[in-house]
Amino acid sequence: MTETSANLTDKLSAAVEKMPAFPKSVQRVLEIARDINCQPKELVVVIEKDPVMTMKLLRIINSAYYNFPKQITTVNQALVYLGLNTVKNMALSFAAMGVLPQQNAAGFDMQRYLMHSLTTASLARLMCQKFGNGDADPNDCYLAGLLHDFGKVVFAQFMPAEFREALDVSQEQAISLHEAERQIIGADHSVVGAMLVGKWQFPKLLADAIRQHHGDIPPENTMLGSLFVADQISKKLSMGHSGNLVVEELPPNLADRFGGGLDDIIARLGDLSKIAEEAQSFARIGKEILA
Amino acid sequence: MKVKFWGVRGSIPSPGPKTMRYGGNTTCIEVRTGDNDLIILDGGTGIFPLAQTLLRELPVTAHIFNTHSHWDHIQGLPFFIPIFIPGNNIHLHGAFDPISGAGPERIMSIQMQYSYFPVREAEMQSRILYQTAMPGESVSAGAATVTAVLLNHPVSNLGYRIEHNGKSVFFTGDHEPHYNIYEPGDDGYAEYQALVDEQRQFIVDAIRGVDILIADAAYTLEEYPAKKGWGHGTFDSCIQLAQAAGAKMLYCTHHEPTRSDDELERVFAEALARYAGSSGLPDIRLAREGEEVEI
Repeated sequence: MTETSANLTDKLSAAVEKMPAFPKSVQRVLEIARDINCQPKELVVVIEKDPVMTMKLLRIINSAYYNFPKQITTVNQALVYLGLNTVKNMALSFAAMGVLPQQNAAGFDMQRYLMHSLTTASLARLMCQKFGNGDADPNDCYLAGLLHDFGKVVFAQFMPAEFREALDVSQEQAISLHEAERQIIGADHSVVGAMLVGKWQFPKLLADAIRQHHGDIPPENTMLGSLFVADQISKKLSMGHSGNLVVEELPPNLADRFGGGLDDIIARLGDLSKIAEEAQSFARIGKEILA
Repeated sequence: MKVKFWGVRGSIPSPGPKTMRYGGNTTCIEVRTGDNDLIILDGGTGIFPLAQTLLRELPVTAHIFNTHSHWDHIQGLPFFIPIFIPGNNIHLHGAFDPISGAGPERIMSIQMQYSYFPVREAEMQSRILYQTAMPGESVSAGAATVTAVLLNHPVSNLGYRIEHNGKSVFFTGDHEPHYNIYEPGDDGYAEYQALVDEQRQFIVDAIRGVDILIADAAYTLEEYPAKKGWGHGTFDSCIQLAQAAGAKMLYCTHHEPTRSDDELERVFAEALARYAGSSGLPDIRLAREGEEVEI
């Protein structure tokens, strides 16, 4: 099943409004906001590493209230248009929702999810920079990587029983998580993620990339190809995963496009340790907050 | 079209012997179209003396455009007497605030709370219509067309371009020209600079060719570095903006509350001197409470 019912759409959209952010970003936003001379670029770093904050900020700035001639896909753009103080106060309001608990009833590992999202985001941007032919913006690829599994966090927070069952079924039957989600919930996380970014007027390319990242159609454009490969590399190099350990083979058209299999691409991307380290230092739980 | 300044002071009212000539009221500008439609830009304390003059022409229809919700641009609104008189029509336009999720209606509801003001919002007897202004969209105000432009301030601030019968006025409200948050050499510098350049150009285009530009010139060049990020322009940034946009006349406003009349004239003259001999300069003036200009 690839469609979501109107009922599910409304339920999940409303859920995102109430969703808290990741502990480390909440901690950093509170620190930054206490300093009247805070550096705007520090705030950018925090928000663009938190899928929940990024999602909420872009949802508001792409809304009909601003009517911008083009869709906004980076936190820097949001800062130029809305100004530091407004973005800072928006981040504070997100922080006020509390933090995503380390444990959830679905048993979904948030830490690994965040690691996987951050590394997939950086890898997708790198792929686009190395192999792009001008049909995608590296920053949009970063965003696609950051948000591609967002549907899973929504499931874990707001449909924990069903999501837990899907996680179990995928393990027991050795099927991929998205297939299990389709069986149990009736829609998988790629449909839900795409539905949310689509509803909030994010660029169509982005919604398409998220929707198709487990699709049956071989990835054709640079964004989708970069996202697909980045997703697999993150899992293959154990940089993180979000409940699905299966590393998928590259479809032939992608192997042609990027000149070889996953190992060849990894070799050509060079030293990736910095990507993992950066994500790790951010994903680490802010201890003071949880204490 | 006629433009009259009722308040030209920034931040806080500043009455007293040192501000007698330019005035101490906070921002309020009256614009009248050739058909005598009434447009009011901001409701700082200057709107109170304006309100007194309107009592002679009841019932009134007033199109109030609020640039942003900081005190010095809203504080006179509960004292805008026509809101209490049945038969008047008040249209209050203003920006959407992403933090509260509310539009201009909140400007009144917040100010007219029991602890801060004796009359409740529900007791306003006129017909008040709140309209959230969308950046880039034009609305009618009587026979005039008013277009909102998103500018740069610590809270969402809309500049307004008013056009009627081939004449045009642009008011910035409070605005600091966009600047790069990265240092040259930082990773994001070039990308951010491209965004800044794009926004600056967008604003110049929105102001292009106006007869009168009224702009936020709170600071001098010397004062600015200590106030960077506070959301205000300088005399120089206003002159450069007017020059780039080909404005015919520039009024510098949002005078610093601590600046005496003599001091204001001195720093203004110094700024003008820096542009002596420069081409494409508009007619540059200091906004003064009570001054009226017709185009």
